[in-house]
Amino acid sequence: MSEYVLELKGITKIFPGVKALDRVSFQLKPGEIHALMGENGAGKSTFIKVITGVHKAEEGEMYLDGKKVDFKGPKDAQKAGIAAIYQHVTAYPHLSVTENIFMGHEIKKRGILQWKEMHALADSYLEELNADFKSTAEMGALSVAQQQMVEIAKAISMKARIIIMDEPTAALTKNESEQLYKITEKLRDGGASVIFISHRFEDMYRLATRVTVFRDSQYIGSYDVDGITNADLIRAMVGREISDMYPKPEVKIGEEVLRVEKLTRTGYFKDVSFSVRKGEILGLTGLVGAGRTETVQTIYGVEHYDSGKMYLNGEEITVKNPADALRQGIGLLPEDRQHQGLILDWGIGRNITLTEIASIGKNGLTDDKAEREKAKELAERVDTKAVTIFDKASSLSGGNQQKIVVAKILASNLKVIILDEPTKGVDVGAKAEIYEIMGELAQQGYAIIMISSEMPEILGMVDRIVVMCEGKVTGELQREEAEQESILKFAMARSSKAAKN
Amino acid sequence: MATKSGRTIIAEQKFSWKIFFLKWEWLLVILFIGINLMNANLSQYYLSGEGLLNATNSFLEKAFVALPMAYILVLGDIDISVGSTACLSAVMLAYCYNLGVPMGACVLICLLTGTICGAVNGLILTRFTELAPMIVTLGTQILFRGIAEAMLGDEARGGLSTVKWFSDLYWGKLGIVPIMLLCFIICAAVFAFVLHKTCFGRRLYAIGANKLAAEYAGIKVQQIRMIVFTLTGTFAAVTAVFLAARMGSTRADIATGYEMEAIAMAVLGGFSTDGGKGNFPGLVLAIFIVGMLRYGLGLINIPSQLMLVVIGALLIVTVMLPNIRSMVKIQKKAA
Repeated sequence: MSEYVLELKGITKIFPGVKALDRVSFQLKPGEIHALMGENGAGKSTFIKVITGVHKAEEGEMYLDGKKVDFKGPKDAQKAGIAAIYQHVTAYPHLSVTENIFMGHEIKKRGILQWKEMHALADSYLEELNADFKSTAEMGALSVAQQQMVEIAKAISMKARIIIMDEPTAALTKNESEQLYKITEKLRDGGASVIFISHRFEDMYRLATRVTVFRDSQYIGSYDVDGITNADLIRAMVGREISDMYPKPEVKIGEEVLRVEKLTRTGYFKDVSFSVRKGEILGLTGLVGAGRTETVQTIYGVEHYDSGKMYLNGEEITVKNPADALRQGIGLLPEDRQHQGLILDWGIGRNITLTEIASIGKNGLTDDKAEREKAKELAERVDTKAVTIFDKASSLSGGNQQKIVVAKILASNLKVIILDEPTKGVDVGAKAEIYEIMGELAQQGYAIIMISSEMPEILGMVDRIVVMCEGKVTGELQREEAEQESILKFAMARSSKAAKN
Repeated sequence: MATKSGRTIIAEQKFSWKIFFLKWEWLLVILFIGINLMNANLSQYYLSGEGLLNATNSFLEKAFVALPMAYILVLGDIDISVGSTACLSAVMLAYCYNLGVPMGACVLICLLTGTICGAVNGLILTRFTELAPMIVTLGTQILFRGIAEAMLGDEARGGLSTVKWFSDLYWGKLGIVPIMLLCFIICAAVFAFVLHKTCFGRRLYAIGANKLAAEYAGIKVQQIRMIVFTLTGTFAAVTAVFLAARMGSTRADIATGYEMEAIAMAVLGGFSTDGGKGNFPGLVLAIFIVGMLRYGLGLINIPSQLMLVVIGALLIVTVMLPNIRSMVKIQKKAA
């Protein structure tokens, strides 16, 4: 018996024009939770696909329990007991939970599907996972966290010994993440080995005993989680020192720019009031589902409000659509950059200028030359890693895509910039750069509202914090008095009250 | 200016012959030349200047509705009611003329009818954005045709050719150039200019490529869809005017299948039903390919049913070609 349940040596994978993996090694001990970290584009996903047999490596060897294996396809990997759970669940939304769990390995007797048996088994898995839904539920009706549970149940049903989780917590709330941690530990205690990919350091500290870091398609090293610091990890992942993760400049805060008063959208949020001043970064936080995104979407005119007032520089304004908002100087960096922020098929230049084509051109005509100049200027200002402004937005990594959306906002003549989860799915290096741009914008006198669920980011970057819970503002804190506990108390204010009653 | 890390980002597009010649339109150019060579072999009179110009009269009236149809496809929408809209508009024209309304007013009524039909589509689709355009315009297709049939039944309304200027719209010429061809050239040029050189055109592409991102970028998506659907109705009526001028009479069963021909021309020209793709040089080439092919097949007396077989096959093979090319590429790589 080998020391490792899974071992990869010298794996090289080449895609046309790029080396996605360059002589990468990896070792997984039986019954351990092993974190795999690295920036976007470091090769983690490709590596996972090599293990699960989706991709075939050009070079290198893979050993399972010390025996050399050569997977011809995903089926081989499945048979060998390897299962992967992806961030974006690849399920059949219109089928039931049972059908999803047993897809591809249904229980049959003489060619006839044994539904009763499968439902019973599925329910027993779900019970084991403390799931709050039944095997007959429709997959599409479940939350992301619940869908992940189904995927985990599927892994259990296939008797997987090696379970790979690719950024499973990215779309989960704090409570859901906690539940996932418990399930993961349960899987480990049941004898499975887990590879856990995540951008969140908390995930790693909470779960893993060892961590392996990839950078630029290469293996950097494996470390014991106990003996490693944040700074060490960042250096390993980014390849350079990030001296100050949150470069918040001291800015003289000016007069009030935007004020919302008792803004209400029935069913989403109620009587929301806050204001933001020139040069100020206002943090808007709370748990997922607190109504933060809905609030800023309403301010931006994507959604309509039922009552309430908005004032810009002291004058009342009405915003019926994003065009109104932009004209009056309010811009939004939307939460979902791939669907709301960018046209992925287009070059980054056209993306950057889209909002302002009319003002760059004349008399309703487009002006290609002026657009190219503007796009170049802004793309350079946010320091995106693109080579030309004609590079497709889809060709960039998450962090660089986000910078393009920032550049797009900067194209407009704005007073208020709203950023909805600006660093979601963005790797450490690009995160620091986005914070730096935020700081510069505050210095230049923009009023900034940042929605974020990440506590370190809120505590590190903002001047003032407004906390929402279940559609209401439950608290407001100055930077100096804010602490993780005090924010969380406000974020859960209403639910704890409800629990008491 | 450069980035903080000292790099510059290139903003000039390098011209590449390879990319230039790999454009879809070259395939259409080759097809166009091929079809003309075929036609020239079929008729010794074909390649005379006047013969070519006259040939355009055999198909161009349908092409007017292909112009806004291209916009609809760029938006990622579809409108299959244009044939019925053209029919209803033509029926209104003849109906009013037979009631004694002067022809000038009849033409305006016709255009107004088409515009209203288009606006009905637009209103439904922009007020109830979750409805599929295919379904809504299928409904109005049946509805508009139904109104036309209720008005005329099996009868034909005619006598339109007694008005000289009206019938000249189709049959008349300026020098040797047919008036309809001139009208088409002007309309196509305007449509091409608007799509490729104006902010409105860019916004059409943005909506087709990503409706949500377009909305977040401050584009009034529904307002633009409303304009384009209405415009499509208007141009269906333009088609109706030329059709009525050609035939001198109308019936409730004219212009059937025009929607599919317009869509076929646009798709062949490189406009995808997924939206966000295509350009006008391609569309104009495709219009002339389909038209000249029909004309040529007409020269050798191929029955119209068989003509449909040829045109259908042509459409399928041409739109498949890019896919076949990439399939071959992938297989080469795998080997």
